[in-house]
Amino acid sequence: MMPPEQNSPVIEVQNLTVTSYDRTILDGLSLPVYKNERLAIIGPSNSGKTTFLRCLNRLNDLQHSFKVSGTILLNGSNIFDPGADTAQLRRKVGMVYAVPVPLPWSIYENLVYGPRLAGVRDKNRLDELVETSLQSAFLWGEVKDRLHMPAKNLSGGQQQRLCLARVLALEPEVLILDEPCSALDPISTAKIEDALFELKSRLAIVLVTNNTKQAARASDRTAFFLMGKLIEMKETGRLFTNPSDKRTNDYLVGQFG
Amino acid sequence: MKRISPAITQLIAVGCLWTFTLLTLSILLFIIAYILIQGLPWLSWEFLSQAPESMGRRGGIFPMIVGTFMVAGLAVLIAAPIGIATAVYLTEYTREGKFTFIVRFGADCLAGIPSIIYGLFGFVFFAIALGMGLSVISGALTLTLMILPTIVRTAEEAIRAVPPAYREASYGLGSTRWQMVTRVVLPLALPGICTGIVLSLGRSISETAAVMLTAGSALRMPHSLSDSTRTLALHFYILSREGLSMDKAYATASVLILLILALNLFAYWLMRQVTRRNG
Repeated sequence: MMPPEQNSPVIEVQNLTVTSYDRTILDGLSLPVYKNERLAIIGPSNSGKTTFLRCLNRLNDLQHSFKVSGTILLNGSNIFDPGADTAQLRRKVGMVYAVPVPLPWSIYENLVYGPRLAGVRDKNRLDELVETSLQSAFLWGEVKDRLHMPAKNLSGGQQQRLCLARVLALEPEVLILDEPCSALDPISTAKIEDALFELKSRLAIVLVTNNTKQAARASDRTAFFLMGKLIEMKETGRLFTNPSDKRTNDYLVGQFG
Repeated sequence: MKRISPAITQLIAVGCLWTFTLLTLSILLFIIAYILIQGLPWLSWEFLSQAPESMGRRGGIFPMIVGTFMVAGLAVLIAAPIGIATAVYLTEYTREGKFTFIVRFGADCLAGIPSIIYGLFGFVFFAIALGMGLSVISGALTLTLMILPTIVRTAEEAIRAVPPAYREASYGLGSTRWQMVTRVVLPLALPGICTGIVLSLGRSISETAAVMLTAGSALRMPHSLSDSTRTLALHFYILSREGLSMDKAYATASVLILLILALNLFAYWLMRQVTRRNG
C-alpha cells in the first residue's frame, strides 16, 4: 500500500488553539490527516485529545466558553468559515463517542436517522445503507433478524458498533473516534479494531485512545499530545520503538499518564 | 431526669409520623367523601344532559359543562403552544443568563398571583379595554395567562430531563438544532409536557374567581366565543351562595371532583409512561 504521506491530506489542521476562560486547552496544533490511514492520538488525560477531536466536527461549538482560533481545512476549505454548514460537516466527519448512546428507537431507526436528515427518502436506498453500514461495523450478522428491536436491548459492545454503523451510514470521509473502546470488553474492542482496519481502505480515521497498546495495535501513525501541544507524531511502529522526544518515551514507558 | 431509651423514641417518632400522614389522608378523603355522598344521589343522566331551570333550582348543568370545556379547553389550546415554545427557547436556544433568569423569575411570580387578580386584570383588559365583554374568549384568555407559567415550567422540566448525550448524538449525525429538537427532544419530553398540560386543564376547569369576572355567569348555552357562559365551579358557587339549591350544588361539585380526579389520574398515567421510557 502507498504510504499515507504520499496522498494529499483530507484534513489539514493549522495552528489550532482552543482556550476556555484563562485556560489553554490546545496550543498551536498543526497536523495533517491522510486518506486511508488510521491516526491514533495518545496522551495523558487533560492533554486536549478530546477537544482536538471535537474541533474536527465543530462539536465544540456547543461549549460556549471555548474560543477557537486557527484553521482546519477539510478537502481544502476551512471548516470555520462563516458560511460553513456544520450539519454537512458532521456528515463528512463522523464521530463515535466514548460512551455508546443509542437513540431511544429501534436499531433500524437509529441507522436511518442520519441519512434521512441528509435527504435520503428512498426506502430501498435506506435499507441498503442499513445493511452495508452494519456489515462494515461487524454487527449485521448479530442483528439482521431483529432490526426493529429497541437499540437499548443490545449489549454495550453491540451498542458501540451500532453507533459506529450509524455514523458509517452517513458515508463520511473521515471517521473520528473518542476512546471508543474505553467501556468495552476485549472481544468487543477487537471487533471495533478489526472494523477500523477494514474501513481505512475507504476513509481516514482519527482514533483518540487512552490505551497505548490499542494505539500500537490499531493505527498507522501516532501523535502524542501533552498539555495541549503536539509533542511528536510519526509512523506508529517508529514512535513506539524509537520516540525522539524524552516526554514521549516517559509516557510510553509509564513514567506518567 | 431519666433519659428516654432510643427504642421508645423510635416508637414515638413512628407513631407521630403515622398519625399525621393518616390525618392528611383522612382530611382529604373526608372532603371528597362528604361531597360525593351529598351529591352523587342527585346525579343522573338528566342532570348532565339538560339545561337548568329557574336559576338552577331544577334541571341540569349541560350548558355549564359545555361552557367549562370551552373556556378551559380554549385556554389550554392557546397556552400550550406558547408555553412549549417558550420552554424550548429557554432550554435549547439560549444560554443561561440574565434573560432566562428574568423569564423564569417572572413565570414563578405569575404562578403565585391570586386568581382574583387575574380575574380583575382580565376584566379590565380583555372584557373592557379590548371590548370582548363577559365572554368565553375573555375567560379563556385570562386563564391562558394564569396557566402559562405552569406549562412553561413543566415543559422545561420535561425537556431538561432528556439526556444531554442524545443531543450530542443527534448533532453528530448531522442534524440542525431544530431537527434535534423536533425529532429527538420533543418526542421524549412529550409525556412530561402533556402532564403539565393536563394539570393546567384541571386548574382551568376548577378556577372560579378569574372566570367569574371575565366569562360571566350566563345560564344559557354558549353558542360562540363571544357569548357569556358560566363554568361548573362558578355554578356551584352561585347555587350555594345564593341558597338556590344545595342538592344541585353538591351534585355539581361531585361532577367537578370526578372530572378533576379523572384528569389527575390521566396525568399520573402519563407520568408513569415517562419514567418507564427513560428508566
